[in-house]
Amino acid sequence: MASLEIRTAGPGCTVQDAGRRGHLRYGVTAAGPMDPLAFSVANKALGQDGEAAAIEVSLGGIELVARDAAVTVAIAGGAFSVSIEGRALPASVTLTLKPDETLRIRAGAAGAWCYLAVAGGIDVPAILGSRATHTRAGLGGFEGRALKAGDRLAIGESGRGAREPAEIVARWLDRPAKDIRVILGPQADFFAEDQIAAFFTGPWVLSPRSDRMAGFLDGPVLTHAKGHDIVSDGVVMGAVQVPGDGRPIVLMADRQPTGGYPKIATVIGPDLGRFAQIRPGAPFRFRAVTIEEAVAVRREEAARLSREVEMIPMLRTELSSEFLLGLNLIDGVVRD
Amino acid sequence: MTAPRFLDAGEAALVVEFGDAVDPAINDRVLALDAALVAQAPEGVLELTPSYRSLLIQYDPLVIDRATLVALAEEATEAGEARAPGASWVVPCCYDPAVAEDLGEFAAARGLSPEKAAALHAAADWRVYCYGFAPGFAYLGGLPKALAAPRRATPRPPFPPGSVMVGGGLGAVATVPMPTGWHVVGRTPERLFALDRDPAFLLSPGDALRFEAIDANAFRSLDTRAAAGEPVARKS
Repeated sequence: MASLEIRTAGPGCTVQDAGRRGHLRYGVTAAGPMDPLAFSVANKALGQDGEAAAIEVSLGGIELVARDAAVTVAIAGGAFSVSIEGRALPASVTLTLKPDETLRIRAGAAGAWCYLAVAGGIDVPAILGSRATHTRAGLGGFEGRALKAGDRLAIGESGRGAREPAEIVARWLDRPAKDIRVILGPQADFFAEDQIAAFFTGPWVLSPRSDRMAGFLDGPVLTHAKGHDIVSDGVVMGAVQVPGDGRPIVLMADRQPTGGYPKIATVIGPDLGRFAQIRPGAPFRFRAVTIEEAVAVRREEAARLSREVEMIPMLRTELSSEFLLGLNLIDGVVRD
Repeated sequence: MTAPRFLDAGEAALVVEFGDAVDPAINDRVLALDAALVAQAPEGVLELTPSYRSLLIQYDPLVIDRATLVALAEEATEAGEARAPGASWVVPCCYDPAVAEDLGEFAAARGLSPEKAAALHAAADWRVYCYGFAPGFAYLGGLPKALAAPRRATPRPPFPPGSVMVGGGLGAVATVPMPTGWHVVGRTPERLFALDRDPAFLLSPGDALRFEAIDANAFRSLDTRAAAGEPVARKS
């Protein structure tokens, strides 16, 4: 059976599927991808639904080798730098890795996360119905932890043959993150008007200590109008919580299931991935939208995802002849 | 009874809030609405998460819109169906200093002997309010006033699953080793969270619970049985 062997992995690379749903009531966080849209696109490019387990690659990058058999993969997410055996590829791409070929993904021009989906999915045991890794609880994924050198991931059966390299065309994944759309609440009433104005004026910068659990924001220090303790309640991904020190925290995929600080606003679903892809140090602002506006954006996104992912066979893109020779495709025959 | 507040946590989650206190009557209303919506299973409702005083409803706004969801929740709340009574558990707990790491120091700081603090803990009627913090980590109300204590200023290193803890005005049992600011006053052999068991989570919000003091020998024997998959807590 085919497998992927990890050569090197930066901190924070994990196996993720769409997330562990239905157990938040028992204190189990969904985990799942930081950028759900990019994760779905990578799987869709392989003709899979959005549930197959993939590798989420952090800014630390990853290097892996196909073992035992060929492995067909799709890569999408931030503009990472991707190469096979030292030959550069586009950042969003599908291809088949031959046995013993090395695929390398490194932080590139933009973005903080990228997804390596695999035809057949990463075959790790489903825990409470999901293969998503929640490292903090040691649950799911590969042994409940981040990937490291020497790990060998089994690949599920896909029933699909090898495919020629093709660039994934999803320009709408290249999402500028200058403004992140939010809906005020659920506890915006814990803040006076001028503090809500300061929240929208920003500007905010993501702190380097951010991770899958939360994005820590540097910017104006907010004050609470009526204390900073609330009786803990359930929190969703994208909740902007303001603890006692007045520095907002955006709770993300690995967040705690409940929180005891007021949540001034919530990032809308379609902007979760945009927010996740912001790199530490890059300034951005929050912008208020209504529920109706957010639902309309969601509808557009769902329509885009329901269509086939557009792919351009790489012979038609600008590739060096050396690269094409390496792929043995110079005769110009494009299948698939 | 006051009408609940409907708060938005984004365009895909609605918070139905019944109050702003840790209170059994408020929690009962949360759990009653939770049970009603679990039974109805409206299309587009993805996940229901009850906590102390509110119910978090995650939904797909492309399938069910907010107004429909609010109407459903209002209808269920106004119907006023009382929550089905929860289970009553007796959970064995060892207060021996070998496993109750903080009990001596904790009791001394409250002017109590370790034996007195353990007796108060074992005599209390606890209520499972909700889960949070970590998988299987249940928050327990009913802490005797004499055992109320602020949490530690700095979290202590992780301690084993089964650690019975108090902190703030609450009790809890650790299920996965994680650093926390709570005080360890005992240890239960029961696995409140066991992935290979059905149900994986033993307690439900709204359940009642008492700790039954056991000695170190009983702990060892029950721990062996629990490790083999046998439940050692019982319903009373």
